[in-house]
Amino acid sequence: MPTKTFIEAIREGIREEMQRDDSVIVLGEDVGKKGGVFLATDGLFEEFGEERVIDTPLSESQIVGTSIGAAVNGLRPVAEIQFADFIFPAFNQLLSEAARMRYRSNNTFGVPMTVRAPYGGGVHGALYHSQSVEAFFTHIPGLKVVIPSTPYDAKGLLRSAIRNDDPVLFFEHKKMYRSVRGEVPAGEYTVPLARAQVTRPGTQLTVVAYGLMAHYALEAADHAGEDGLSVEVVDLRTLRPLDKETVLESVRKTGKCLIVYEDNRFGGYGAEIAAIIAEEAFDYLDGPVTRIAGPDVPGVPYNHVLEDWFMVNPEKILDGIRQLAAY
Amino acid sequence: MAVGHRTESGTSTRRAHAGGLGAAVGLTDEQLIEMYRMVALARAVDERMWVLNRAGRIPFVISGQGHEGAQVAITWALKKDHDWVAPFYRSIATAMTFGMSARDILTAQYATANDPSSGGRQMPGHYGHAEHNLLSVSSPVATQILHAVGIALAAKIRKTGQVAMTFMGEGSSNQGDVHEGLNFAAIHKLPFVLVIENNGYAISVPVSKELALPDVADRASGYGIPGVVVDGADVLGCYQASKEAVARARAGDGPTLIEAKVTRLTGHSSDDQQTKYRPAEELEAERTRDPLPKFREQLAAAGVLDDELIARIDAENKAVVDDATDYAEKEPDPDPANALMHVFAEGVEGEF
Repeated sequence: MPTKTFIEAIREGIREEMQRDDSVIVLGEDVGKKGGVFLATDGLFEEFGEERVIDTPLSESQIVGTSIGAAVNGLRPVAEIQFADFIFPAFNQLLSEAARMRYRSNNTFGVPMTVRAPYGGGVHGALYHSQSVEAFFTHIPGLKVVIPSTPYDAKGLLRSAIRNDDPVLFFEHKKMYRSVRGEVPAGEYTVPLARAQVTRPGTQLTVVAYGLMAHYALEAADHAGEDGLSVEVVDLRTLRPLDKETVLESVRKTGKCLIVYEDNRFGGYGAEIAAIIAEEAFDYLDGPVTRIAGPDVPGVPYNHVLEDWFMVNPEKILDGIRQLAAY
Repeated sequence: MAVGHRTESGTSTRRAHAGGLGAAVGLTDEQLIEMYRMVALARAVDERMWVLNRAGRIPFVISGQGHEGAQVAITWALKKDHDWVAPFYRSIATAMTFGMSARDILTAQYATANDPSSGGRQMPGHYGHAEHNLLSVSSPVATQILHAVGIALAAKIRKTGQVAMTFMGEGSSNQGDVHEGLNFAAIHKLPFVLVIENNGYAISVPVSKELALPDVADRASGYGIPGVVVDGADVLGCYQASKEAVARARAGDGPTLIEAKVTRLTGHSSDDQQTKYRPAEELEAERTRDPLPKFREQLAAAGVLDDELIARIDAENKAVVDDATDYAEKEPDPDPANALMHVFAEGVEGEF
């Protein structure tokens, strides 16, 4: 099977959906001739023309708001927000408009729109090019939130997102764009939304993670295995709607759960996972549900020593595994 | 497709006569009468809403009184069930001109299960109707401009020949989305029209504290598009401005900003007492800017309407509003068992 980088898989997913369906358009800042600042849309302008690959002004609310309107009138926009850190001017359009359109119109209007955005730290991006923003959006009923970790999943989930009849936020960890490579089959396939995956079976402890942290969790779990600990890793892939059952099934089996996320710890997405486990798997627990997450500072600092201090890494996860295992 | 305005109780039998008042703007007398009927009907529906509110039957009203002439005339220039409208909370007359019935408006006031705008989920004033290309609207103001611009973008890409029009007050025009939307629409020469209904107040804040310019339309030049100011009580002037803007949009020549100077005859909403911040003399003077009597007198002076026809239209409109009220009164509330539905296309979130 051919292998591709994470960004190649994403680009191929967009291109093939555009080939398959004329109603798919791409819009965002620098997505045209430049092909996006990370080259996620490289070559699409040449292949599909300026009408379907639209360079927008620097106006994120407009990127999302016009995507909503275009979606209402028969298109399937794939909007790119250049960095997830810059999505907040569009927050009102996502929260008040895209997320609520179907509910508030009693199912008479829908917004089949995908909003892609690179997120995450570890790339010397400092406070405003490193942020994890998923918790703001997973809180909102009416939005789907996807964070893939492998090229295979990225392509398959992106295709599902574009074909979905509701707004999907598709966050891509930018550190993975070129550092992660994996098998991607040539033919058409999709990966369903709202399905988590056990990426490493184990019996003594569950680690729940997503995005880059799903890789780091696997690394940490391998090291733990060298110590004789059997760690299971669950890669959520879709954060909302959440595949609760896969998480609960794993925790009921292992009795211990460590949740890993790169975002600030307080009120982060992992807090919801912890609450669900406490409510629905309490009787199976042999230890507290614990978290390894980013520190509670307003952003990732720039200096490499400070950035390393901020970032969750396999060593920190391994520490968390050992502490919980020893409980 | 013809403009084709449905009436609530049959069409008038009066024949058009050549060379009349409407000829200059391309309307027959029959169309002028239907336009008048719609202005008067929207007013009658609006007045009924206040009666029902003060009688304790419905909890909230947000009104379009004073805006109806501009709304009917401007909306009239669109192709119904083909073009698109993204309305705002005062768009009762726009919504009705674009296809919603008095029953549709009244069921929204009662928030019934079959309210076509939202099935009882939204406050009244948030009109929408998918069958008529009337987009559902929210409460944060001006967000809808971007939706209308996106609709126009899709119309251009799909080559549907549609025009998208959005409406908002001059207060809303200060939001950033208006800048972002006009800029994008102008760059791509989208088939889009922005209508500002300037009634001089953003709730209690007078226009002098909202704008440093006398006219919102002056801002159009900053986007390289035409900006037109019309008297909102001059129904035919509003129609003419809209007709030109729609033709321009449909021809691929890009957007237009129309600013209609209207008057707000009521408080901001049923929860507002505008005598607290508007002097009595001003309120009295504003009554002379009411488009309904002005349009009626204009049509009567031109021989298009006479007392008999005016009385008949009033009686027919009253019957339509009575019917709509009785209908909405009897319609059931939504069932909480369905309140989890339609978060997503698949239905309830937990089911997949």
